[in-house]
Amino acid sequence: MGVFIMTDEEDRAKTESVADSAPVRHKIKTSVPRTFGTESGELVQPVKIQVENLDFYYGLTRALKKASLLIRERSVTALIGPSGCGKSTFLRCLNRMNDDIPGARTDGRVLMDGIDIYGPGINVVALRRLVGMVFQKSNPFPKSIFDNVAYGLKIGGMSDREEVEVRVEESLKKAAIWEEVKDRLDHSALELSGGQQQRICIARALAVHPEIILMDEPASALDPISTAKIEELIHILKQDYTIVIVTHNMQQAARVSDYTGFFLTGEMIEFDRTQTIFEVPSDKRTEDYITGRFG
Amino acid sequence: MAMERHFDEELKELREKLLRMAALTESAVARSVKSLVRRDTEMAHLVILADDEINMMEIEAEELCLKLLALRQPIAKDLRFIAAAMKIINELERIGDLSVNIAQRTLDILKEPLLKPLIDIPRMAGLAQKMVTDSLEAFVHEDSVLARSVCLRDDEVDSLNYQIFRELLSYMLEDPQTVTRAVDLLLIGRHLERIADHATNISEEVVYMVQGKTIKHHIEERAGSSGRFA
Amino acid sequence: MDAVLTTSLGSAISNPSKPDLRALVLDILVRVFTLIPLLVLVYIFTKIYRQGAHAVTWEFLTAAPSGGMLEGGIFPCIFGTLMVTLLMILIALPLGICAAIYLVEYGGSGALVGWIKAAVNNLAGVPSIVFGLFGVGFFILFVGRNLDHLLQTGLLFGQPCMLWASATLSVLVLPVIVVSTEEALNAVPQSHRTASLALGATKWQTIQNVVLPQARGGILTGAILAISRGAGETAPILFTGCAYFLPHLPVGNLFGFIPMVNPMKQFMELSYHIFVMATQSIDAEKSLPIQYGTTLVLLALTFMLNFCAIAYRIHFRKQLRQA
Repeated sequence: MGVFIMTDEEDRAKTESVADSAPVRHKIKTSVPRTFGTESGELVQPVKIQVENLDFYYGLTRALKKASLLIRERSVTALIGPSGCGKSTFLRCLNRMNDDIPGARTDGRVLMDGIDIYGPGINVVALRRLVGMVFQKSNPFPKSIFDNVAYGLKIGGMSDREEVEVRVEESLKKAAIWEEVKDRLDHSALELSGGQQQRICIARALAVHPEIILMDEPASALDPISTAKIEELIHILKQDYTIVIVTHNMQQAARVSDYTGFFLTGEMIEFDRTQTIFEVPSDKRTEDYITGRFG
Repeated sequence: MAMERHFDEELKELREKLLRMAALTESAVARSVKSLVRRDTEMAHLVILADDEINMMEIEAEELCLKLLALRQPIAKDLRFIAAAMKIINELERIGDLSVNIAQRTLDILKEPLLKPLIDIPRMAGLAQKMVTDSLEAFVHEDSVLARSVCLRDDEVDSLNYQIFRELLSYMLEDPQTVTRAVDLLLIGRHLERIADHATNISEEVVYMVQGKTIKHHIEERAGSSGRFA
Repeated sequence: MDAVLTTSLGSAISNPSKPDLRALVLDILVRVFTLIPLLVLVYIFTKIYRQGAHAVTWEFLTAAPSGGMLEGGIFPCIFGTLMVTLLMILIALPLGICAAIYLVEYGGSGALVGWIKAAVNNLAGVPSIVFGLFGVGFFILFVGRNLDHLLQTGLLFGQPCMLWASATLSVLVLPVIVVSTEEALNAVPQSHRTASLALGATKWQTIQNVVLPQARGGILTGAILAISRGAGETAPILFTGCAYFLPHLPVGNLFGFIPMVNPMKQFMELSYHIFVMATQSIDAEKSLPIQYGTTLVLLALTFMLNFCAIAYRIHFRKQLRQA
């Protein structure tokens, strides 16, 4: 049973920075009475992805049970839950990476900009370019830094060398690692530290100009400082991209996300603004999990 | 499914500290009013001396709250509990101070004969005491219904206070000699009204702690909506 | 007085352990057993070197045999060995790599894959003489003769020649290539394939751009091992194309003027040469130095190839370890 956020039709204009997810209590709008928990008077981003009753089966095992939620444009949505709850499976459904698993079956709809990506005639290759993914353990190819970041472009058929160079530089800058590697683009990506490699992977995903970025526990293999850098990066990236992040670290979800969804044994138990989940969760199971009473 | 956490032990400790402080405060209020009604100077002195213990408890309890915030990063219910606890500690300490104020006024009043038979003040005191007791009871039992009822009684106390003011005003206008005694009584009335306000504040914190809703400053009436939906 | 540790930890660590006799004996035994094959190898090589080194001159390596194999050189054998091996690898490598790619990337875990893997394994265990007979029966008699019949070419394909010898050898070394390519492909971490797919690459693009480049080393190692195996085998080429003495090299002119190896001709080969010399020479004594010399050349070739494979494997392992 999910919690749905209602949009306020009047406030769809994104004139203010939508990264401004400050606690509602302190946001004063003079003409509108102060409210708590509702969205009226507050800016809300339009819906980018709408998941409706998503079921997923690995053969006979049911990994997702009618999961539904909304992912809003240019926001960070975190998916939390104990191990094996289906959050990573859910994430991989969003770019159809689960398709290659033998015995995988999906039911339900995943609408991106209104189009069901599981519908007939969907170009999966094009989908994966628009929905990028960053993995838990950084996995740069054993190629040079340049070739790594340019990989998606090369695959997509971009042949103009200059254009590729421009894109690579732009992506490395967006991933906040340009300064560190600009003088050694031809060196192997494997020479870099773990945190740097992860940022290269992010640059690689950004190079193909996705609209959505999926992150599966991107910082769980990193030390605290590298983790902090990645989290800062997420804050900056969300101004231009829609980000969905799976994390087992509650504090990270609290630090980084605007919306949070709690999964438990394949079900989406609760979905709401992060502040609400962490201050006044509706479901006792959510509360028990986030306060560490189980998990 | 619930796991026992070390943190739960510490929350229990905080709760107990709060309850001890609440007991002391309730007793202070009761005794300060009794000292006035029974004209007992010794009891008044006791109230004044006992305030120190309340103050020490405030410091202890507050320290524990800050420690838990720093070291445990509480969220959800635990966060609301600690946030509410910090406010309640504050309110209790203020109630204790107000009881001392009442005792001090009482000592002054007892130096002279009664101005008039005390009817409204004891009534007001009774109401205020009940509000304090009920708000703390609501805290103990996490009873938001009881807490909300306390908030509603505040108006009654306010109107009683106004009544007392009007009555004493007429006394003072009639006979200027009565001013000092009348003013003392006025002040006691004011202190009781403030005690009731603090009890209301405690109840508001209890509602937040239990339901996650803020009901301060009649915000719910202003918004015109229920605030949350599931 | 010195302070003495009286804790159980202290007494445990300050008492030296008793010598373990069994461990010592095993240690010595293992070292001895390792040394034995090494010593055998050294003995063989030294004997061959001593007996044959003086026979290996520049003339020996570049001239044709003469005087009933008692004089001259072994150039045609070297040429033949190199050519048949080259043709063998040109046939076997693409087939083996494709099979391995299918098994690893596309096959999954179904029954068909299991059957194919079993077939490959069994192939590796077939005695080489059986390959030779298979080569005659299948390639020469069945394929060759039918091709001749179809194309009306008389007796072109239906007889022993380099083509069928190479084909037979390639069937022999196919398991080597398939297995080493499989190993190389499996060594590529799955996470790289996943990353590539997630960037919008198709499966084939992933294989081409991510998997194969990383597997290059292992594939090459497998190819080198296959070559060294193929170069040394005698039985498969026995009836399928090898000859003891041929007056001309198996070359021809394509379109009349482009010099090229003619795979439809027979050829001379190093290991076969040794075999025949040892068993059918008119003067066994006199041909002994030539035998040893030829053996030395063949061994040198094989060792060189194996060393290349090992060196390349080490080099590539270093590169992969960084990942």
